[in-house]
Amino acid sequence: MDTQITLRVDGAAHPLTVDTRTTLLDALRERLRNTSPKKGCDHGQCGACTVLLDGRRVNSCLVLAVTVGDAEVTTSDGLAEGDRPHALHRSFVEHDAFQCGYCTPGQVCSAAGVLAEARAGWPSAVTDDLHAADAELTDEEIRERMSGNLCRCAAYANIVPAVAAVAEAEGVRR
Amino acid sequence: MREFRYERAADVAGAVALLADAPQGAFLGGGTNLVDLMKLGVATPDVLVDVRELTSREVTELPDGGLRIGAGVPNADLAADRRVRERFPVLAQALLAGASGQLRNRATTGGNLLQRTRCGYFTDVTRPCNKRSPGSGCGALEGVHRNHAILGQTLAGSDHPATCVATHPSDMAVAMVALDAVVRVHGPDGERAVPITDLHRLPGDDPSRDTTLRHGELITAIDLPALGMPSRYRKVRDRASFAFALVSIAAALRVEDGVVHDVRLALGGVAHAPWRATAAEHVLRGLPATEDSFARAAESELEAATPLRDNGFKVPLARNLIVRTLVDLAESSR
Ligand SMILES: Cc1cc2nc3c(=O)[nH]c(=O)nc-3n(C[C@H](O)[C@H](O)[C@H](O)COP(=O)(O)OP(=O)(O)OC[C@H]3O[C@@H](n4cnc5c(N)ncnc54)[C@H](O)[C@@H]3O)c2cc1C
Ligand code: SF4
Ligand code: FES
Ligand code: FES
Repeated sequence: MDTQITLRVDGAAHPLTVDTRTTLLDALRERLRNTSPKKGCDHGQCGACTVLLDGRRVNSCLVLAVTVGDAEVTTSDGLAEGDRPHALHRSFVEHDAFQCGYCTPGQVCSAAGVLAEARAGWPSAVTDDLHAADAELTDEEIRERMSGNLCRCAAYANIVPAVAAVAEAEGVRR
Repeated sequence: MREFRYERAADVAGAVALLADAPQGAFLGGGTNLVDLMKLGVATPDVLVDVRELTSREVTELPDGGLRIGAGVPNADLAADRRVRERFPVLAQALLAGASGQLRNRATTGGNLLQRTRCGYFTDVTRPCNKRSPGSGCGALEGVHRNHAILGQTLAGSDHPATCVATHPSDMAVAMVALDAVVRVHGPDGERAVPITDLHRLPGDDPSRDTTLRHGELITAIDLPALGMPSRYRKVRDRASFAFALVSIAAALRVEDGVVHDVRLALGGVAHAPWRATAAEHVLRGLPATEDSFARAAESELEAATPLRDNGFKVPLARNLIVRTLVDLAESSR
């Protein structure tokens, strides 16, 4: 059933007519030709489709486009400011945190979410002290918090330090 | 995916009215389970009534020191809430042990309670499954069932024919069952409050129904009565993170003068519903808070277990999880 929506993506508004069955991921890739988010599993299991919705990381494959409303969608592409890559983009390059790169835009958006959640003091499943005022992104915390992003090339060993370096620069890791 | 009409309502009464007129419609929370099942052809609603932003996103105080959780509160926000972390650590830990950061941001409290089983036959429309397609048989009974139920199933020789051996997948619900939560529901016939221990059903002779809710009943909030004792959640799974439970436990324990004064125990991954371990609780009250007592209690609960061909390992796993978690809680309340 066709419905009129306007998607706000990476700073631009896009009026669109979509079938109600269209996911945000398919609207971005197939309709807006924004191929930054990737389709790995289409079932919430791999994280390749991760985008930020009003700054919070979500799996765009399980979000129906009609439900997005005026929320601002940010893809990994949109994290860059014009030609200036985001600190996470540079850190992934510097740490060689990918091989084929298919999972990388999802990893980057997820890491941006992890940093925001840590700044807000959110705990994780490996946080010993649930009452701690601040969250500290140790390697163990990064692994746990990034566990919704799979990498078939298994670049994990370099993804953790790539995220850790930005966490340190942002003061959520000592 | 079947075509559907997408609706938003102005208020709770409007949402309830929309579904009352749509026998095949469904409420949509975060969609992390429902959209998945629609893609698989397992769920085929013709109308979706979006309630994610309609139901409350607030956690508010109850007069007794408990909390009221709006059905629209995202799982991530609930786990991070300072009051939940302080008063109900078992619930924060259960939420954090579930799914991934992305999913917890989108998933709602109401939707989490009503998520459906991860049984591989249920999610594959080419296979027999009494839950998805009543009367087609249970593929798991003689098939792949390593992560299926050990308690409360209907097996041949019981009062009912063997129908379904699936488990309820939610971590959050196990904690809420241990906490004696009350689910507030709004339906075509008005409002009612359902003790969470009455929400999820055992399969009996109708595994198609996971819960006692009627069509069109909207969960608006979940009330947690004050707890006042140490609590914790533990989950055993096949990998360290981002996997459903093999067995999990939500426990709370109050020890006074070395004796168990009060205890709450619920198990996940063992039954069609989150399993309140009432037999173990009954045995424990008044016993010395020792490892021996905890083992006796665990064994009395698991006496009723009827494991399948390939999931017998869950019986000692559940036993050890009960004992170890209670030992830890007893130490922390010393
Ligand atoms: C890859 C993956 C891994 C996961 N791992 C875990 C895990 O380890 N542990 C765990 O516990 N969960 C896990 N989950 C499941 C996840 O927690 C659920 O999908 C989520 O909690 C469902 O919430 P939702 O708001 O998205 O529900 P939806 O998908 O929107 O809805 C689920 C059901 O609830 C109904 N519904 C929604 N809101 C209401 C309401 N207010 N009143 C009445 N009915 C309503 C819908 O009609 C639907 O039937 C996982 C999911 C995925 C995809
Ligand atoms: S265990 Fe239940 S859900 Fe799984 S195949 Fe059998 S009837 Fe279906
Ligand atoms: S494509 Fe969305 S999680 Fe895999
Ligand atoms: S770099 Fe290839 S999948 Fe991650």
